[in-house]
Amino acid sequence: MKAILTLDNLASGLVTTIWTPVFVVIFLAIIAYAFWPRNKATFDEAARLPLREE
Amino acid sequence: MSQPSISKSMTIGESGLALVFAVTAFLCVVASAKALDAPFAFHAALGAAASAAAVFCIINRYFDRPAALPPAEINGRPNYNMGPIKFSSFMAMFWGIAGFLVGLIIASELAWPALNFDLPWIQFGRLRPLHTSAVIFAFGGNVLIATSFYVVQKSCRVRLAGELAPWFVVLGYNFFILIAGTGYLLGVTQGKEYAEPEWYSDLWLTIVWVVYLLVFLVTVIKRQEPHIFVANWFFLAFIVTIAVLHLGNNLPLPVSVFGSKSYVAWGGIQDAMFQWWYGHNAVGFFLTAGFLAIMYYFIPKRAERPIYSYRLSIIHFWALIFLYIWAGPHHLHYTALPDWTQTLGMTFSVMLWMPSWGGMINGLMTLSGAWDKLRTDPVLRMLVVSVAFYGMSTFEGPMMSIKVVNSLSHYTDWTIGHVHSGALGWVGFVSFGALYCLVPWAWNRKGLYSLKLVNWHFWIATLGIVLYISAMWVSGILQGLMWRAYTSLGFLEYSFIETVEAMHPFYIIRAAGGALFLIGSLIMAYNLWMTVRVGEQEVQMPVALQPAE
Repeated sequence: MKAILTLDNLASGLVTTIWTPVFVVIFLAIIAYAFWPRNKATFDEAARLPLREE
Repeated sequence: MSQPSISKSMTIGESGLALVFAVTAFLCVVASAKALDAPFAFHAALGAAASAAAVFCIINRYFDRPAALPPAEINGRPNYNMGPIKFSSFMAMFWGIAGFLVGLIIASELAWPALNFDLPWIQFGRLRPLHTSAVIFAFGGNVLIATSFYVVQKSCRVRLAGELAPWFVVLGYNFFILIAGTGYLLGVTQGKEYAEPEWYSDLWLTIVWVVYLLVFLVTVIKRQEPHIFVANWFFLAFIVTIAVLHLGNNLPLPVSVFGSKSYVAWGGIQDAMFQWWYGHNAVGFFLTAGFLAIMYYFIPKRAERPIYSYRLSIIHFWALIFLYIWAGPHHLHYTALPDWTQTLGMTFSVMLWMPSWGGMINGLMTLSGAWDKLRTDPVLRMLVVSVAFYGMSTFEGPMMSIKVVNSLSHYTDWTIGHVHSGALGWVGFVSFGALYCLVPWAWNRKGLYSLKLVNWHFWIATLGIVLYISAMWVSGILQGLMWRAYTSLGFLEYSFIETVEAMHPFYIIRAAGGALFLIGSLIMAYNLWMTVRVGEQEVQMPVALQPAE
C-alpha cells in the first residue's frame, strides 16, 4: 500500500529523519573545535587544571 | 577600630524555606491522618517530622550564625563550602556499608533460601531493590553529590552557590533514600527496576534534583576560571539527564493522593521501552558520566600528571552523549519490542564501545610518566584499577548486546556478573579512591590515617570482585547452555530445578566474594574515621605575622 502523503506525515517524517544529518554535522563541528590549532593552548592549560593549587 | 555593625536579619531564603517547611509539615500531618494505607501514613509522618526538624534547624542556624553571611573569599582565596561535602561523604560510607551488607544477605538467601525465615520484610523480592537502590542511588549518589560539589568549586575557583540550598540538596536527597528504602521493606513499589520508589518519593526527588541542578549551574556560571573544566561537563550531563530520565519514566497516576499506590500512564511495550530507556541511561549517566567526571579530576590530581589528552576528553564526552541515549532496547531483545528497535539498540551499544575505550585510554594514559606511583600509592592504584574494570565491562556490555550473544546470556547470571564487574570494579573502586582523596581534603588533613589499610582494602576487595564475577560468568553460561540443551528427540534436556541446583556452588562463591567486598569497606570506614579523628591538621597557609606594635 502506498503511503498517503499528508502534511502530518511529511512533518513527522521530516522531524524523525532530519536529526541524523543535524547530529552528524554538530558532532563534526565538535571534532573540528577539539582539533582547531588555536584552541591547543587553552586545552593544554585545562589539562593541568586539577594540578593547580588554588 | 570598630567594624561597622550589620544588623542581623533573616535572608529571604531562610524565612521562605522555613515557611515552606512549616506548611509541608502541616500538610504531611493531614496526609498522615487521612492515609488509606499504613506505609503511606508512616511516610507522611516521617515527612512531617523531617519538615518540622528542618524548620527548627533553619531557625537555630539563624540564631547561631554571625550577622554577615560567609564571605565568598578569605585572603584572596575562595572560601570553599565543605559542610555539605563532608555530610555526603559520611552518608556515602554509611549507605555503602548498608548496601553491601544487604547484598550479602540476598546473595546468602539465594544460596540458602531458608535464610528469609518466611518473613515478608526480608524476602528476596523486597531486599533486592533495597540493595540496588542503596548501592547505586544512596552510596553512588552521595559520592556523586560530594565529589561534584567539591570539583565544581575547585575547578571554577569559586564558593558553592547558595547557603541553605546545598544543605537542602544533601539532606533532601538522603531523606528521599530513607522514604524509598523503608517503602521497599513495607512493600511499596512501582515494580520498575531502578525506578521502584512510588509517586510521592518521585515528586520529592524531582524538587531536590532541580535544586541540585541550580546549585551546580549557578556555581559554574559565577566561575572565576574562564574555561569550564571537562569534569563539570560530565557532572552537568549526569544531573540534566537524570532529571529527564526520572521525569520521563515516572509519570504515574496515584490511585488517591492519600495512598501509596499508583499506575503508570501507559502500559505494555511502550512502558517496557520507556523503562529501559530509563534503565540503561541510569547506567550511562548515573553510573558512567558522573563517575567519569571523578576520573577526570581525581586521577590527574592524585597522579600529579595532566590529563593525557584534553582533546580526547572533549570527543569522549560528546560521543558518549550522542550514543548512550539510544542503547536501551538491548534490554528487550526477543520481546514484543519491534525488531528494528532491537537492532537499533544493539547497533548503538556496539558503537558505544569506541567512546568508552577512548575514555578508558585517556584515564589510564594520564599515568604516563607516573606509573611507578602505582607501586607506592594504593589510592591511585584503586582509581586506576577502576578504570581498567571500566574498560573490561564496557567491552563485555556491547558484546552482550549483540542479539545472538544475548540469546545465551539474557536472564542468566552472566548479566549479574557483568553488572557487578562494572558496579564493584568500576563504580565501587573509583568511589573508594575518590573518598580516600576527598576525606583528607575536605577535613583539611595532611593525609590518610593509614595507607597500609588502604592496601588491605584494595587486595581484599579485588579478591572479592574476582570471586564474584568469575562465579557468575561460569554460572551464567552454564545456566544459559542448560536452558537451551535439547535431547535427540527434541525435548528440553534439563528441568528448571536442575539448572537451579547446578547454580548452588557458584552462589556460595558469589556470597563469599560479596563478604570480602563488605569487609574491605569496613576497613575503609575505620580508616576514614581515624583520618578525621586523629589525622594531623594540614597547615593551610603561613599564619599572618603579628604586625609590629
